[in-house]
Amino acid sequence: MLQRPSQAPGVFAAVGLPPVVWLFALFLAPLAVIWTYSFGENRTLVDIAITGSWGNYARALKPLYLAILLKSMGFAALTTVLCFILGLPVALAITFAGRRAKLLLLVAIMLPFWTNLLIRTYALMAILRTEGLINAGLGALWGLVPGLPPFEPLPLINNNFAVVVGLVYVHLPFMVLPLYAALDRLDRSLIEASLDLGAGHLATLWRVVVPLALPGIVSGIIITFIPALGAYLTPDLLGGTNSQMIANVIERQFRSANDWPFGAALSFLLMYLTFAALMVQAIISRRSAEREAAR
Amino acid sequence: MKGPLDYLARWPLRLWLAMVGAFLYLPLLALVVFSFNDSRRITVWRGFSLRWYAELFDDGELVAAFGNSLVIAAASTIISLILGTLAALLLWRFRFAGKAPLEALLGLPIVVPEICLGVAFLVFFTAIVPWPTELPWPLNLGAIIIAHATFSFSFVALVVRARLASFDGALAEAARDLGAGEWLIFRDIMVPHMVPGLVAGALLAFTLSLDDFVITFFTSGPDTITFPIKVYSMVRFSVTPAVNAASTLLILLTAGLTALALWLQGADIAKQAA
Repeated sequence: MLQRPSQAPGVFAAVGLPPVVWLFALFLAPLAVIWTYSFGENRTLVDIAITGSWGNYARALKPLYLAILLKSMGFAALTTVLCFILGLPVALAITFAGRRAKLLLLVAIMLPFWTNLLIRTYALMAILRTEGLINAGLGALWGLVPGLPPFEPLPLINNNFAVVVGLVYVHLPFMVLPLYAALDRLDRSLIEASLDLGAGHLATLWRVVVPLALPGIVSGIIITFIPALGAYLTPDLLGGTNSQMIANVIERQFRSANDWPFGAALSFLLMYLTFAALMVQAIISRRSAEREAAR
Repeated sequence: MKGPLDYLARWPLRLWLAMVGAFLYLPLLALVVFSFNDSRRITVWRGFSLRWYAELFDDGELVAAFGNSLVIAAASTIISLILGTLAALLLWRFRFAGKAPLEALLGLPIVVPEICLGVAFLVFFTAIVPWPTELPWPLNLGAIIIAHATFSFSFVALVVRARLASFDGALAEAARDLGAGEWLIFRDIMVPHMVPGLVAGALLAFTLSLDDFVITFFTSGPDTITFPIKVYSMVRFSVTPAVNAASTLLILLTAGLTALALWLQGADIAKQAA
C-alpha cells in the first residue's frame, strides 16, 4: 500500500527533499536560464538583455539554419533506417538463440555500447582515414594488378558518408536492445502457425512479426533517432565542413561565436524536436495498449 | 534437428551476424592492435612494442587528466547513488500530489540532448553561479561533478526502483510491529534488499561519468582537463598510437567494470533461482 505523506512526514521530507531540490536547482534552473536567454539579445559581449523577442527563433528558421536542422533530421532518419535494417536480423537471431548463445550475443551487442563514445569514433577515424586501414588494404590489392594507374584513396572521411557510418556505428545497440525486448515477448506459436500455413520466412516477418512487435519497433526507432539527432562528436570528428549538424552549430554559438541567445534558441528547438519524437512514441504505445485491452 | 524458428542455424543469418560483428568490432580491434605497434603509423605493422604506453605514463598532463576523471566519476557516483536511491524510495513508498509530474521530471535528464544540458551548465556555471576558478584540487572539479551527478542520478533512480518492485512490504511491516524504527528498517532490511540495484546503479553512474565528453566539454575550464577531453585534443591534434594506447586502457577499464556488473547481476539471478 502506498502511504500518504501525512502518515510519515519526517520520512517523506528526508527522502523527498534532496532529490527534488537538486532537480530544481541544478537541472531545471540551468535549463530555465537558457530558455530565458533564447528570448534575449546580446548587448555587449557579456551583457544579455532579455527583451522577450522571438528574433532568435526567427533567425534559427532562416534558410541557412533551417537547412542544417533539416539535414540533421535527415541524417538521424537515415541512421535510424540503417540501424533498423542492420539490427532486425540481429535481434531475431538473439531472440531465437539458445541460452548460452543468447547471453553471448547480448554481451557482444552491449560491450561497444559501454565503450567510450570518443574512443569508438576515434577507432572509426583510424579505419576511414585517407591513409587508414580500408584505403591501405584497397591500395595493396590495387598494387597486385599490374598496369593500373596509381591508386586514388577513396574519400571515406570528412564527408556526409563518414557521419552516417559513424552514427550507425554508435547507435546500433540502441536499436537492437529494444527490438530484442519486443521480439522476446512475442507468442511464438503465432510465428510457427504462419510458417506451417505456408507463409515464407520473409512474409512471416513482414506480416506477423513486425505488426505484433510494432510498439517495440517504434521505441527502438525513437531511442535511436533522438541521440542521433543531437549528435555532436560524430559530425565534429568524422564530418567535413559540409556535414555540420545542429549540435555543432549550437556549440559554435556558445564557444566561438559568443551568441548565447541564438545558441539558446537553437538548443530549445532541438529539445522541442526531441519531445515531439517522444510524444509520437507515447501516442503509439498507448494506442497499441488500448488495442490489446480491447481484444 | 533444426526447428523452423532456429534462425541462428541458418547461414544467411549467420553471415549477417558475422558482418555486423565485424562492423562493430574490427575498428576497436584495430585500435587495440596498433596501440602495440612499434611505429608512428597506425596502419603498417612494424613489430610489438610498449613504447606508446611508456609515453603515456611520461605525459604528466594525461596522467593528471586520468586522475581527474576518476575523482569526478567517484564523487558523482556517490552523489547520484544517494539522490537516486532517495528518489526511488520516495516514488516507491508514497502517493502524493504532483507525483506524476515529478516522475516525468526525473526522466527528463535521460532524454534531454546532451548538447542542451551541456550549454545549460556552461551558462549556469559562468553567468549565474560562477564556479570559482582558483579553488584547490579537487574542489575545482566541483562543477563537472555536479553536472555528472545531475544526469546520472535519474539512471540510478530507475535501476533502484526496478529493484524495489520486488521488495516484500510484509518484511518492513513485521519489523515495525516488532518495534523497529524507520532508520533501523531502512538500514537492516531495505538496504540489504537493494544492494544489487545499488551496485548496478553505481557502476552505471561511474561508467556514464567516465564516458561523458559533451557535458564535460562545456563545464570544464582550462585547468580542469579530464581524460576524454585530453584524448579529444590529442585526436584533434594528431593521430598517433599514443591515442590508441590511452583508448585501450580506458576500454579495458570499462570492459572490466561491465564484466563486474554482469557477474554481480548473474550471481544475484542465481541466488534468486536457488
